[in-house]
Amino acid sequence: MIALIDYRAGNLTSVKKALAAIGAEVFVPETPHDLANAAGIIVPGVGHFGATRALDQPWIDAILGRVGEGRPLFGICLGMQWLLEGSEEAPELPGLGLLSGRCYRLGTVRRAAATTTQPPTPGTAAERLTPDQSVKVPHVGWNSIAIQREASIVDQVANGSQVYFTHSYVAPVTGDTVATSAHGETFAAVVQRAYISGVQFHPEKSGDVGLRILRNFVELAG
Amino acid sequence: MLSKRIIACLDVRNGQVVKGVNFGDLRAAGDPAELARRYNAEGIDELVILDITATLEARRALADTIRAVARELFIPLAVGGGIRTEADAVAAVDAGADKVSLNTAAIVEPDLITRIADRYGSQAVVVAIDAKRAAPDGDRFSVYKRSGSADAGRDAVEWAREAESRGAGEILLTSIDRDGTRAGFDCALTAAVSSAVSIPVIASGGAGGLGDFVEVFTAGRADAALAASIFHYAETSVRALKTHLRQHGIPVRL
Repeated sequence: MIALIDYRAGNLTSVKKALAAIGAEVFVPETPHDLANAAGIIVPGVGHFGATRALDQPWIDAILGRVGEGRPLFGICLGMQWLLEGSEEAPELPGLGLLSGRCYRLGTVRRAAATTTQPPTPGTAAERLTPDQSVKVPHVGWNSIAIQREASIVDQVANGSQVYFTHSYVAPVTGDTVATSAHGETFAAVVQRAYISGVQFHPEKSGDVGLRILRNFVELAG
Repeated sequence: MLSKRIIACLDVRNGQVVKGVNFGDLRAAGDPAELARRYNAEGIDELVILDITATLEARRALADTIRAVARELFIPLAVGGGIRTEADAVAAVDAGADKVSLNTAAIVEPDLITRIADRYGSQAVVVAIDAKRAAPDGDRFSVYKRSGSADAGRDAVEWAREAESRGAGEILLTSIDRDGTRAGFDCALTAAVSSAVSIPVIASGGAGGLGDFVEVFTAGRADAALAASIFHYAETSVRALKTHLRQHGIPVRL
């Protein structure tokens, strides 16, 4: 059974429906204790990072406990961002800290580069910029992902696949990044470190590609 | 690169898809779930269900229709028509909508935008603006409410800016002058609003041929385009449209 955490951030119905479509058994735990039976845990979500405040210490302890036992954890959108150290969207609120880096608003890297007088250093984020100043935030719609390395969460997902995004904040590209996407600047679209993974986009709204990714997670959970 | 979205609109009345010309003269076009399935298979990027009579007849969005459409659909689904209260929005989301579209209610009670955005996030709130040229050749556009039947006394660009500041995540902009005419989108209207806000603008009203979509994504600066009748009667397939757009250098999901 896959535990789908309900912390009132976004539409659980869509994620449930997508998991049902791929034949996964899902339950919504009412208390942190219910996680004891979870083969895998999904933290969905959309919206403001402040919503993760509902995931208080008992929930954090229960989730970390299951992860410590080797149970896979998967974050969607805001749920993925929560796996990192935190976000500029709610600076006072720490993330779970299982993955390194802090989330920041789209456009931060682009603006920083625009004000610098030095040419961007090769290999830095600034060098990856596109000159397009008409980039709108929030980033809403279908965009392609560039797969950077093999990982179980993107098994049988083609490089360049299009998926549905809706967000204003992004996670930085780090060693945990499996795939990137770009909207004015490059950011992490898929992350994975061992049994911990996440996606910035909405697999439950990304057609067959999204269902494939959910299936990959369910298979990881056994 | 972010793709330009092609959105199909299902104007629903009494559980059946209908399509009007200039907001009137309705004729039946089919079963919503069946149409949704077909569009999904053809590669539509998003669906909008508009309960077109809801505001006038004080009916709530049809939860059964939403459920039937959402059951096997794994692309974004927006629902509009008669969403007047937070409870109406909750009912639509519970039935399977990812976004709710507010029109008259947002004009009458702008705080509703903020309350729904606070509850579900801005990405779940679309503000639909029905606009009409103030003068036939002018570049000012007036907002109309109650399914296009009443002048709201607002300027479309100014109202779009306010909607954004109140928490709207997208603007669904319909040209009343062009709706159902197949004379092409009103690119001047779309560009004026799209340039004034930083949230995505969905152009609607007037789609006739493939060239109209190229026009609205370039001159009109639209982020997405919505159409109904040209898809419903299978005159233009979604795939043919996207192929055409790609040939003209417009990024699409194919």
